[in-house]
Amino acid sequence: MSHFRAELRQRADDIVALYPRARSAMLPLLHLAQEQDGYVCDEGIAEVATLTGTTPADVRGTAAFYDMFHLKPVGRYVVGVCTNIACLLAGGEELLEHAATKLGCVAGETSEDGWFTLEETECLADCNFAPCVQVNHRYVRTTTSETFDTMVQDLREGRLDHEVPAHGTLVRVKRQGGLRVNREDIAAERALASAERTARAQAASPESA
Amino acid sequence: MATLDAPLIVSARRDLADSFSLSRYLDTGGYVALRKALAMYPEAVAGEVDAASLLGRGGAGFPAGRKWSMLRRSAISYLVVNGDESEPATFKDHYLVERDPHQLVEGVIIAAYALQVTQAFIFLRGEFALGLERVQQAVNDAYAHGALGTKIFGSNFSLDVVVHPGAGAYICGEETALLEALEGKRGFPRIKPPFFPAVTGLYGEPTVVNNVETMSNLPWIINHGGAAFAALGVGRSTGTRLFALAGNVKNPGVYELEMVKNTFRDIIFDPALGGGLDQGRSLKAFIPGGVSAPWFGPDLLDTPLGQDEVGALGSMLGSGSIVVLDDASCVVRATWRIAKFFSRESCGQCTPCREGSGWIERVMYRLEHGGGRLADLDLLLDLCDNIAPGLTWPPQQTTICVLGPSIPSSVHSALSMFRDDFVAHVVHGGCPHV
Repeated sequence: MSHFRAELRQRADDIVALYPRARSAMLPLLHLAQEQDGYVCDEGIAEVATLTGTTPADVRGTAAFYDMFHLKPVGRYVVGVCTNIACLLAGGEELLEHAATKLGCVAGETSEDGWFTLEETECLADCNFAPCVQVNHRYVRTTTSETFDTMVQDLREGRLDHEVPAHGTLVRVKRQGGLRVNREDIAAERALASAERTARAQAASPESA
Repeated sequence: MATLDAPLIVSARRDLADSFSLSRYLDTGGYVALRKALAMYPEAVAGEVDAASLLGRGGAGFPAGRKWSMLRRSAISYLVVNGDESEPATFKDHYLVERDPHQLVEGVIIAAYALQVTQAFIFLRGEFALGLERVQQAVNDAYAHGALGTKIFGSNFSLDVVVHPGAGAYICGEETALLEALEGKRGFPRIKPPFFPAVTGLYGEPTVVNNVETMSNLPWIINHGGAAFAALGVGRSTGTRLFALAGNVKNPGVYELEMVKNTFRDIIFDPALGGGLDQGRSLKAFIPGGVSAPWFGPDLLDTPLGQDEVGALGSMLGSGSIVVLDDASCVVRATWRIAKFFSRESCGQCTPCREGSGWIERVMYRLEHGGGRLADLDLLLDLCDNIAPGLTWPPQQTTICVLGPSIPSSVHSALSMFRDDFVAHVVHGGCPHV
């Protein structure tokens, strides 16, 4: 019995098939687990372990290394405010402080109503719109406390639903089809190209062959 | 005055609203270079990149052609694109993956053909949700267009490209950590030697790891020839480069400039570029190549934007990020925040980095927030010296990767340039700016 619902289980199998080794699918599958459950729960970890041929302990240990995987439930919206160098110079700390007041939770915590989890992030690579804010990893480009408040209201009233999917949904554009070239064909193709290249090199300098 | 007459190589479509779509890409010369490359011998394609003298755009600036030539011949080999852009205040690859994903994908296919690799992966940091969607769409479109898959454009070359999401870890920008992440593990940098993934990379097979911007240059180089690329810039720094300008400047943004022809003064102050600082403010310092780089003062504003030019003065062009600090900013606070970043992002494998970064961060914290002592200034230097003995540039290595030796850069710079500011924090019992 798969923990992933049917559609996600199919996607998970498709993802594993893209890699030479199943374990390489670890991060994409953890994102998938987070997409289904909103965070990485024990059942999701067990499922990823099965799919990658590893153990739940191994999956948990890997997931814990990465900031984007939440091993405990989070709010509907994870709001990340950057305070790294460019944002620091643009008032990132003040915006983070404002966000904590507005959302009613400090960085690392979730608001009582379960809507928001606030995070202090490292650089999000959008420094020309500093201080930088992401919601569920979508750049919302709100740089002042006024626009931040408007954004929160928009989130609450669903006006940003098309831009900001539920937490965990990372990539809404699905890959079309799996690998198109089977490994035997590609090996034969490369071997032929390599032989031709060697022949060319020998023709160019016969003495060095 | 800035020199802005060079062609735009990687940001030519910057003003097109739909620059990321296949139809716009095809309308503006897209996939012509790939057809041209496929009609050439693979070694001839690599020869153009060598002739272009294209330096890697990720941060280390290693010549791409040389990296390619080191690829060990093997039945299985890989190309991995490093799109984990996480060096603070660097946001040029963010621009490229969102605004010109087909240019990246075309560059990847060209490189894969030149190298004859068996599979290619595009690793993008997980926080680039939109970038991941744009690049995935571009890959889907490329398959549908015949630019990927079996017998590309009717040639005898077939290829699959997989877009791989990271999950939030600065260290994965280090190429061996990135390969670990791609193998489904924690992003722990690998012990060297072997130094080069070109010998032992993904699953132990030979692997070329190239940056997003490096790849994005390839369509232009094939279309115009390596010599045309090498004709731009000066010396070893050829072509153009994307510079990400951030901090206390009027017009922060990504600017494509010919290498070496412009100076830091140009990019920070020219009205067509950074536009200078806010009214009444003056320049205190700037960081020339990401927060791993030693800082420069206003006296070095006329340094050209070139790899060797910046290197000769004891810093690096690095990731192409420039951070401007004006006279109202607190260098102690800035340094503390940078130290906090490294402390948080240290993977924890090596003691000097893991312990040193945390120790420096705590000392910087107490200086900034009150409780600092005069002895802390020497303590900081001592801690830095333990991570990178001698505090030379380039730094001495005590750790598996270069994250550790990058930690002292800002602390050492700030202390050397603005010791009085540190003393003022001790005397004042905290930051005098607040």
